[in-house]
Amino acid sequence: MAVVEEIRPTTDALLKTKAPKRPANMGQFLRWFFLFLGGIAMVMPIAFMISTSLKWPHEVYNLRLIPEEPTIENYTYVLEDGRFYWWFVNSIIIALITTVCNVIFDSLVGYTLCKFKFPGRYIVFIAILSTLMIPTEMLVIPWYLMSQQFGWLDTYWGIMFPGLMTAFGTFLMKQFFETVPDDFIEAARIDGLNELQIWWTVAMPLVKPALAALAIFVFLGNWTAFIWPLIVTNSVEMYTLPVGLSSFGDEADVQWELIMTGAAISTIPTLIVFLIFQRFIIRGVVMAGLKG
Amino acid sequence: MADLILRDLVKTYDKTQVLHGISLNVHDGEFVVFVGPSGCGKSTTLRLIAGLEDATSGDIEIGGRVVNNLEPKDRDIAMVFQNYAIYPHMTVRKNIGFGLRSSKKSREEKNKRNEEVADILDMTELLDRKPNQLSGGQRQRVAIGRAMVRDPAVFLFDEPLSNLDAQLRTQMRLEIKKLHQRVGSTIVFVTHDQVEAMTMADRIVIMKDGFIQQVGTPAEVYHKPANTFVARFIGAPSMNMLPGRVNGGAVKLHSGFDIDVGGKLDAGREVLVGVRPEDLHPNEEHAILEGDVSVCEPLGHETLIYVGTGGSEVIAKADGRVPPKVGERVRLSALPENLHVFDAKTGEALV
Repeated sequence: MAVVEEIRPTTDALLKTKAPKRPANMGQFLRWFFLFLGGIAMVMPIAFMISTSLKWPHEVYNLRLIPEEPTIENYTYVLEDGRFYWWFVNSIIIALITTVCNVIFDSLVGYTLCKFKFPGRYIVFIAILSTLMIPTEMLVIPWYLMSQQFGWLDTYWGIMFPGLMTAFGTFLMKQFFETVPDDFIEAARIDGLNELQIWWTVAMPLVKPALAALAIFVFLGNWTAFIWPLIVTNSVEMYTLPVGLSSFGDEADVQWELIMTGAAISTIPTLIVFLIFQRFIIRGVVMAGLKG
Repeated sequence: MADLILRDLVKTYDKTQVLHGISLNVHDGEFVVFVGPSGCGKSTTLRLIAGLEDATSGDIEIGGRVVNNLEPKDRDIAMVFQNYAIYPHMTVRKNIGFGLRSSKKSREEKNKRNEEVADILDMTELLDRKPNQLSGGQRQRVAIGRAMVRDPAVFLFDEPLSNLDAQLRTQMRLEIKKLHQRVGSTIVFVTHDQVEAMTMADRIVIMKDGFIQQVGTPAEVYHKPANTFVARFIGAPSMNMLPGRVNGGAVKLHSGFDIDVGGKLDAGREVLVGVRPEDLHPNEEHAILEGDVSVCEPLGHETLIYVGTGGSEVIAKADGRVPPKVGERVRLSALPENLHVFDAKTGEALV
């Protein structure tokens, strides 16, 4: 018995042993150092945004992180300004509808391209992918002309229509559906579901992580979209948040403290969206129904 | 329950023909096992029966009606997949009930049926669990339950045991066989494991390269193999094949021995004499072979001995208590009725 004890220390003994101190490793030090630099680069803009939103106008160009005379006057001003609510609601409506549409349409097309063998599907896929190479700036003019002809200028539909389906989302969903084994789909087919039911009740729950990622991307993308909403909207009531915020002030006098206040408030929904969806981004859900 | 009839099934992918006219009659309540090496077309045949793929030509008849143009759901079949394919986001109850989604039964009837099936499969207490809380064997049972709940005319099993460990596989093998005896439905079971085929089947269909090699009961395919492929595929270790030439009423083996095979064969014909390791023992009398023992594999009650006989190696079974030693020269004998003779060119059985 004594021998066994020596070979296998008890849990107590293990808990008491201290982890040996390792000498500082140069490679590890460098890694931490660069990560720290990266962290600073990420956090600084946010810190300055919040800091500026708490400053008086005369202090804005003073690059101190801690304001000398902190104030919440800017927040009161922005929240009491009726326009801000309009922009906020506009942005919410547009981002939500676009997100829902993307989740549905992108996954429908992705699923079709992935799980149905029909002639020409490769060409369709390449055609969709190739649109990724065209920059938004180039598309803005045709979109505008189209909106003008259809009478969509200055409407929600006009702001939303270019983004209701994205090539990136389709590509992402197609790749994720590749990880769903055909057995699931064939089993459902034998169980008597039609193709739309299979997509909705079997395939979609299996790609929840991808749907969550897509939802976050699309929501953020539309929440922060600037160029197209700026071009397609004319009236102040139709502005989205980024467009509206940029209208605080004119060329001569930009009211940075108000823009930063609006920006700080506008990050709240994105945080909420991220917190809701990130818990779905857990890998390995698909595998549970297969061999153990 | 119903008969399943395959008539001249052909399947071609682009220019590659994978099934060359499969014809088979599976009787009502029969347990038929398709067995063969990878790529022999057994799974393709099953997928054609299920309707997951279309046959290039030929007919599939289930319960007296040709189902070629019917959707899988309308064919009155249920299938159990190799990967189980139970839905990870649903509880066991929902998974089992899923097979009844499109049925016109009332909710009470469906619930009752779910409970019945869970009871038969002994998993009533697991009904509210999710698949990731189940063991491999339990998941496989859920998959079987989902098939059973629909009470189909024909059950299709696509290598359902190959993902389980050896012990569980033996246990599930027994459970499926018991289930068949209890429910009495027609079952088509695909496997590449000849032991599974032998132990479970009423009839075995042995396939190779898209052709059926032999159809028969386990005893028939074991004792009367139709050709060298079947002879080698069924039984482990596989049958020894000794080349020889017909000489009068006997076969003169290339190793020098004469064997009386008890049949009329054309003189001068090149043949292969097949003898199973379990029929070949060290014995001085009636020896048909002689050689040096190169390897011994003790199995307890018996010992497998590998004997080099001038260029080729044969496997024989020796007594477990006093086996020959490595390097020892042994003479091996077999009873004439345990010898099989095949044509050396075509591989077809002659005697």
